[in-house]
Amino acid sequence: MYCQSLSIALTGSGGSGVMTTGSLLLEAAAKAGWYGFMSRSAGPQIRGGEAAAVVRLSSEPTESPDDSFDIVLAIDPGSMARFMAEIPLRPDSLVISDAEAGRRGGELPDVPARVLDLPMQELAKSVKGGRPNMIALGAVARMIGLPADSIHAVLGKLLKSKGADILEASWACVQTGFAAAADLPVFDSPAPASEPCIERWSITGNEAAGLGAIRGGIRFVAAYPITPATELLEWLAAALPKVGGVLVQAEDELASINQVIGASFGGTPALTATSGPGFALMSESIGLAVCAEVPAVILDVMRCGPSTGIATKSEQSDLNIALHGLHGDAPHLVVAPTSVTDCVFTTQWAVHLAEALQTAAIILSDQSLGQTRAIVKRPADVSFIAKRRVPEQFEETYYRYAVGDTGVSPMAIPGQAGGQYTADGLEHNQAGAPSSLPEDHYAQLEKRERKIRDFDYGQHWADLEGSGATAVITWGSATGPVREALSRLRENGKNIRLISLRLLAPERPDDMAAALQGVNRLLVVEQSHSRQFHRYLRAAYDLNAQVRVFNRPGPLPFRPGEIMQQLNDWDAEAELLAARNRFCSFNRRNTSRRSSRSGVPVAVILVSSAHSPRPLPACRFSPRKRLLSPALVVLRGCRPT
Amino acid sequence: MPTYLSTYGFHGVHGRALALATGLKTARPDLTVIATGGDGDGFSIGGNHFLHTCRRNPDMTYIVMDNQVYGMTKGQASPTTEPNWEKGKLTPMGTGINPFQPLVIALASGANFIARCSSSDTNGTARILMEAIRHPGFSMVQILSPCVTFRPEQRDWKHLLVPSPKEPTSDPTEAARRLLKDHGLYTGILYVGERPVYQPKLKASVAGVEAFDEEFRL
Repeated sequence: MYCQSLSIALTGSGGSGVMTTGSLLLEAAAKAGWYGFMSRSAGPQIRGGEAAAVVRLSSEPTESPDDSFDIVLAIDPGSMARFMAEIPLRPDSLVISDAEAGRRGGELPDVPARVLDLPMQELAKSVKGGRPNMIALGAVARMIGLPADSIHAVLGKLLKSKGADILEASWACVQTGFAAAADLPVFDSPAPASEPCIERWSITGNEAAGLGAIRGGIRFVAAYPITPATELLEWLAAALPKVGGVLVQAEDELASINQVIGASFGGTPALTATSGPGFALMSESIGLAVCAEVPAVILDVMRCGPSTGIATKSEQSDLNIALHGLHGDAPHLVVAPTSVTDCVFTTQWAVHLAEALQTAAIILSDQSLGQTRAIVKRPADVSFIAKRRVPEQFEETYYRYAVGDTGVSPMAIPGQAGGQYTADGLEHNQAGAPSSLPEDHYAQLEKRERKIRDFDYGQHWADLEGSGATAVITWGSATGPVREALSRLRENGKNIRLISLRLLAPERPDDMAAALQGVNRLLVVEQSHSRQFHRYLRAAYDLNAQVRVFNRPGPLPFRPGEIMQQLNDWDAEAELLAARNRFCSFNRRNTSRRSSRSGVPVAVILVSSAHSPRPLPACRFSPRKRLLSPALVVLRGCRPT
Repeated sequence: MPTYLSTYGFHGVHGRALALATGLKTARPDLTVIATGGDGDGFSIGGNHFLHTCRRNPDMTYIVMDNQVYGMTKGQASPTTEPNWEKGKLTPMGTGINPFQPLVIALASGANFIARCSSSDTNGTARILMEAIRHPGFSMVQILSPCVTFRPEQRDWKHLLVPSPKEPTSDPTEAARRLLKDHGLYTGILYVGERPVYQPKLKASVAGVEAFDEEFRL
């Protein structure tokens, strides 16, 4: 969705209210008809330290950061230093600083952009109980053409709980900031959405996952607080009782997962949510859910690892543990939402799959999806709902773990007369009695594997978009920037395929083969240092194409321009190689002419590729070694001897 | 144990029986839930769950078959083993650390019913288990269960155990005094509390999940 947009960052010290300001700005802009999102960046302290609210406002729905920022409001100018890498600027970007505040609390670092001064602290002092963040909000509203009244409407809603005095002071500050911005530049704001009648929502990925869980039928949650999953739990704690469910704050993650398994054994669809460290603690018992065939949904809102890592920042590095972290042969489901909106669908789907297949379903969300608040079209209602195969009547002997045809055996619910059995994490026979016989082990391993392998996952296994011989394959939150990059390239006449995997386990070899049909170049995009996704793809699938990997660990998000650059560079190199090949074959055919030459200047190669649709500058020899060296080596080989 | 009964059972992972049982009871308050395990399971690997289940006080019964040794793995010291027991191959000089006091800790953590009995006294144990199951809240029953293989000296327990000379108390201070002075061999119901039971009400207040739409609509 390449669209008109404005990217705005608000930075401040912890407690300066940048998150509130960002939320108010997003909400007001949404009311004015725009789409957009706000993501959060905080220091490792979670409370205190520096914080940045990053807002993108656009005319179309988007979940990708832009390549750079248009406006930065450095409420505490010194705080900007921590975010230089996260807030890329252009020479024409505008940084609004507060020189006076900077003198007292840390100066603005050198920024490669225009800097203008707005005495936000001084202006705030002119209002009783006033705060600089609200001055900033008024100023930025004016700069982007947002009427002050639209701020007034959302102030009342978001600050209602803070009391009338704070509300009044905030509104006075917004007006003061609005007036003070009279001399500041005005930006071209994106056109409001063309279909204002469409129902639009303001939702975070964490809330969306919670909603998906409840829509799917989850009525029991046990969990232990952990950043960045906490908001998801807080939302569920308030929401579950309304639908007759409950959230239990457990003593640790070992308890969380086991309470979930206990509740689910009793017939109640159950979920736990956590992040990497908690997930690692759960892994033994996730294996129990697999072995005892008890549906369980585990939602991992990933953050930078390993160990405590960076608790507040996003990374796609729990893929390995989600896929391979269970001991023994423990086939289970791993799914990943591809956008904030998709957190609703994917979570609901995961509940459905776990219940239908009586196994553990792991959902890999991440901090970037979970803590981003996006303005989206209302997520569609889907019919997936928890539906467990339960025996209606019992034969003389009930075999809980009967191998059967699909591998999904009817699961009696405690209280059903005649269905008494013991669910077992020990290997067992079909009746559920512990067994160490090889034939029972083989039969049960095969049953548990077959039921998830042979299930029909339909088209939901991946988001597939576009066609063309080049494809980008990615997953999770990296999908947003990839989608925007491909959308921009499409506008330039380049059709590139998107494959974003929603179902990571079990593997779907036939579906993947179909998705890769006709693809000869495949770019893997993932946010992990050790290329976990690429290794997974290589292990699980036949990638009959040239493969390149664009990977980076967290916390920096991918930006669409970087992905375009990867694809354009690849094109340029390929053209250069093609030109070289053409030249070499030409030389081979014309040996007499070739021998008349004493050498081959590089310029000849450039001329020979000039008919290609790419303009020459893109083919210009860049200092990148990868581009230069293969061409030169071959050139030497082609040179007449 | 469920394998010997005609009932629904769950053989979970080592140490997590109480967590599993808590989840089941919370989601299905209509069920009678009993968790069982040993001293290593409940007080070592599952110690944290023991504390917090006592604290939470769900209406269920916990039976710990205490033999003061890890029998399944062939005779290592457990949390309730005496410090000078030198036959554990991992602790050939003895553990040197004081045994865990399950009933004292159960009381301090908030268990609502505390009893001790012996596997040699089947009728007495059955009577106490009935009381434990009937009593609201979390009931902790320690059943001294000799391990005749690795702790043959425990055969003598049946001669040493004596019924508690006093009636059960509902005063935690008095119960604490008795348990702290207790030599570990008094049997019977030792404490009967009246703490409120943990049981969230599972009653829907909205008609359907569409009710949440309003929260997100602009």
